[in-house]
Amino acid sequence: MTKHIKKIKRSILDYRSISQLPFCLLLICTGCENSIWNNPYPNQDSAKNIHYDSFSERPKHLDPVSSYSSNEYVFLGQIYEPPLQYHFLKRPYELIPLTAVVLPTPRFFDKDGQLLKADSNLGDIHRVKYKISIKPDILYQPHPAFAKSESGKYLYHDLNTKKLSNINVLSDFDIVGTRKLLAKDYVYQIKRMAHPRIHSPISGLMAKYILGLNEFAEKLSKVEKGNPGLSFIDLNDYELPGVRVIDDTTFEIILSQKYPQFLYWLSMSFFAPMPWEADYFYSQEGMIDKNITLDWYPVGTGPFMLSENNPNLRMVLERNPNFRGEIFPTEGEKGDRESGLLDDAGEKMPFIDKAIYSLEKESIPAWNKFLQGYYDTSGIVSDSFDQAVQFNLQGDAELTDEMQEKGIRLLTAVTTSTSYVGFNMEDEVIGGDTERARLLRRAISIAVDYEEYISIFANGRGKPAQGPIPPGIFGNVQGMKGINPYVYNWENDKSVRYSIEYARELLVQAGYPGGRDKRNGKQLVLNLDSPAAGPGSKASFDWMRKQFGKLGINLVIRATDYNRFQEKMRKGTAQIFQWGWNADYPDPENFFFLLYGPNAKVDHNGENAANYKNPEFDDLFNQMKSMPNIPERQDVIDKMVEIARRDAPWIWGFHPVGFSLHHQWYKNAKPNLMANNKLKYKRIKPKIRKEKRAFWNQPIWWPITLLVFLTILLLLPAIFSYRRKEAESAL
Amino acid sequence: MISYILRRVAYAFPILIGVNIITFVLFFVVNTPDDMARMQLGMKRVSDVTITNWKEERGYDKPILWNKDSESIKKITDTIFFQNSVKLFVFDFGRSDSGRDIGHDISQRMWPSLAITVPSLILGLLSYISFGLILAFFRGTYVDVSGVILCVIMMSISGLFYIIGGQYLIGKFLHLVPISGYDTGLHAVKFTILPIFIGLIGGIGVSTRWYRTIFLEEMGKDYVRTAKAKGLSETRVLYQHVLMNGLIPILTGVVVILPSLFMGSLIVESFFAIPGLGSYTIDAISRQDFAIVRSMVFLGSVLYIIGLILTDISYTLVDPRVGLN
Repeated sequence: MTKHIKKIKRSILDYRSISQLPFCLLLICTGCENSIWNNPYPNQDSAKNIHYDSFSERPKHLDPVSSYSSNEYVFLGQIYEPPLQYHFLKRPYELIPLTAVVLPTPRFFDKDGQLLKADSNLGDIHRVKYKISIKPDILYQPHPAFAKSESGKYLYHDLNTKKLSNINVLSDFDIVGTRKLLAKDYVYQIKRMAHPRIHSPISGLMAKYILGLNEFAEKLSKVEKGNPGLSFIDLNDYELPGVRVIDDTTFEIILSQKYPQFLYWLSMSFFAPMPWEADYFYSQEGMIDKNITLDWYPVGTGPFMLSENNPNLRMVLERNPNFRGEIFPTEGEKGDRESGLLDDAGEKMPFIDKAIYSLEKESIPAWNKFLQGYYDTSGIVSDSFDQAVQFNLQGDAELTDEMQEKGIRLLTAVTTSTSYVGFNMEDEVIGGDTERARLLRRAISIAVDYEEYISIFANGRGKPAQGPIPPGIFGNVQGMKGINPYVYNWENDKSVRYSIEYARELLVQAGYPGGRDKRNGKQLVLNLDSPAAGPGSKASFDWMRKQFGKLGINLVIRATDYNRFQEKMRKGTAQIFQWGWNADYPDPENFFFLLYGPNAKVDHNGENAANYKNPEFDDLFNQMKSMPNIPERQDVIDKMVEIARRDAPWIWGFHPVGFSLHHQWYKNAKPNLMANNKLKYKRIKPKIRKEKRAFWNQPIWWPITLLVFLTILLLLPAIFSYRRKEAESAL
Repeated sequence: MISYILRRVAYAFPILIGVNIITFVLFFVVNTPDDMARMQLGMKRVSDVTITNWKEERGYDKPILWNKDSESIKKITDTIFFQNSVKLFVFDFGRSDSGRDIGHDISQRMWPSLAITVPSLILGLLSYISFGLILAFFRGTYVDVSGVILCVIMMSISGLFYIIGGQYLIGKFLHLVPISGYDTGLHAVKFTILPIFIGLIGGIGVSTRWYRTIFLEEMGKDYVRTAKAKGLSETRVLYQHVLMNGLIPILTGVVVILPSLFMGSLIVESFFAIPGLGSYTIDAISRQDFAIVRSMVFLGSVLYIIGLILTDISYTLVDPRVGLN
């Protein structure tokens, strides 16, 4: 410390400038360990095994049964453990057990309870049962909800406002405990989906499949309404026919119909275990007034636990001391070993001790801090794109020299999402099943040049869509066979969009020569509704107008806020609209259901925003959704894609390509768009990070000194003039 | 004076009710309770039943201002407006639409806001008064002319430019302070230097010119000429007489903003990731969390009214000629 004080004194004496006083103060506050002054973290943490990242939006929910957003999964995925998970390295995406012993296989039963074969007719299947066995000896993270006295009594299960007077955050509870994960915790969580106060977003969907969930929800609703002021409903006291505890490590889920995609849901946090103790603990009097809730302080069995939840500042995940340990995958896809992704094969995870996520609401400071080495990874926003990425002659993205000099690495992946322009099929002009409307939609699909759009507005980060299914999902076909023949031709081993002349010809066939209605001679005017508003969207709207203008169609843009946009979609008053979809799971059903008739938004408030209805397509959908990924399923999908392309309810748009950057000290980075629990696989080399930070962030003083010197120089004549004036006599 | 203050407090109630009504109407014109529910529950797969339950639980299933289906006084009381407004007058802000206690959040988030606004105000006052005095002192010389030109240039530049430029120059290029972020306790100091400094620079143009004008006006008065005639030095006249009399309009201008200091700054907090009340309000607006928006608007109104009352009182304290009747 004496050394530090001397250093400060020397600094003050050397510069003798008032302008440096704040910086000397800063030196005191930063601990003076080294010469890095812009380090936003304590200097003593520089060599620690900590992962640093940022987040831009406060998570709305951390209750696994309510959360349905990717920015929340960043945290929840590391804390909660559903029965299944996605393999980190293998592609196509593959489900593997997480807490489950093996991947559950469905058993089918008829009305009489007789076991059926897996390939039985859908109509014969009355019940589907998934028996799930979980691994023994999995422990929950340390938590006060489990703390017990020596006599076995829960220490914090009789709290009230008075007892909580000195408690402000969860860590204020002195004693913590744990217990084994039990099968009944999974059952408890499934029951929570129906809880009237929790508002699980998938309760409606699951009620279609999980036996008796709807009736169970009604029962709980009655209980709640019959007991006003009741703070806790013990779900163990109420039976749900669709779930059953068999023993401590085995439970069963019973579905009322075949639903192969259910396995994917078992990898999401909706199906993570919830101990009743935690639910009870947080429901006690006075807890919610202190903002101590399950929605704020998760309780899980995963490799990390949330040790600090201050989303206005930072979120901190720390290694769960009770975590059982999991082994890094020993196999991946081709090329993984060569790229070093299997270097940690067989090693016990997790590798890092702590992960600190800092709030960065604006992209520019976040980007600059990444370049300074204070974040290990970063996305690329449009403002920074040219600084980070350039395209070579082959059209491939590569890092700029500046990024390469810093040892930064680039990862790209086509996302399992789609951004499209939809036609409201209930609209009199653009919608409907007539050949006239179909030709009009096809002509527009050709005219709207998405290759150009991706180049101008997405910095080349997109892949034009040929249909609803993105690459990487079963059913997507690449190459010549995969192109949309109504919009593209195959020339010189690549897809080429039909010419605008051909689109105009289609328009003539549709009865709109030159964009004018042949029946009345009036110019065709169409309306595009978009939730994008503000000056930033003007350029893309102008571009869209220009695309329609190529056909002589006048496009009117109706940009509204997202609320009004949604209202228009629900009422079906939009004519053409821009929207997108991000996959819940890697199955074509999750995209085709956006075009499934019984999911139409206007009639059923579903996700089929185009209100597309085609009985043939719907029949094939029902057939396809229950099939495993076998060649027969591909045949059905091909037929569905052909129908959808022919009817063109959407301009298929594009599938965004995700670009991410990471520093050289950040290991085991591989894009996995499905897994939420990726942190446990990551490894940090803190020594390299410390060296690079020190090298990149040496303070620069000369401009400040120069500024002070110039200011003094400028003031000197004035001071001399003043002194002369003061010395002058009145006469 | 007490009766005057009581009268002003009584006047505040209709103002606050008016502000509340306007907030309600404006908010619900843009956002329906259904929109709010969808925003809170997520955009995917949310069923109508879930939305209905959410609205019922928070009382958003009631009419906004007038319940025509109820009887007598309940036509007014059984509404979203009444149910939510009455508690505000006893500073019970209730829970946000995401379920958190707003009062608790405000008590936590006011400190980071104060950590920026209070030093900015104090250092700003000292700097701007000093610059104003220097320009007034060197009036008519190249220092004054170039100072005024500089002030006009600085006034014309957007505040956002100072923020981004400051982060680039001081944080990114010179590596002297963290670009953004915040911490608790003494560790917060290094994060507050840049926003405070940028706040100071951003305000120099307007404030220095204003203070210069005040001081120049004072310097033209008779008592200054008398003081000079007495043989007092320029410095003494400036610092002992002009400054003291010039402080009256400055003081009253400052008092009015004192209570609202803890409301924070919307843009600065957002760019520097400071977890204050400014960013709390912005977040609430973007998340359509009406409970927070109405609480913050109400609080802002109350603080502004307090500021105005304090200004009136401060007039009587610094200028004996003014009385409150």
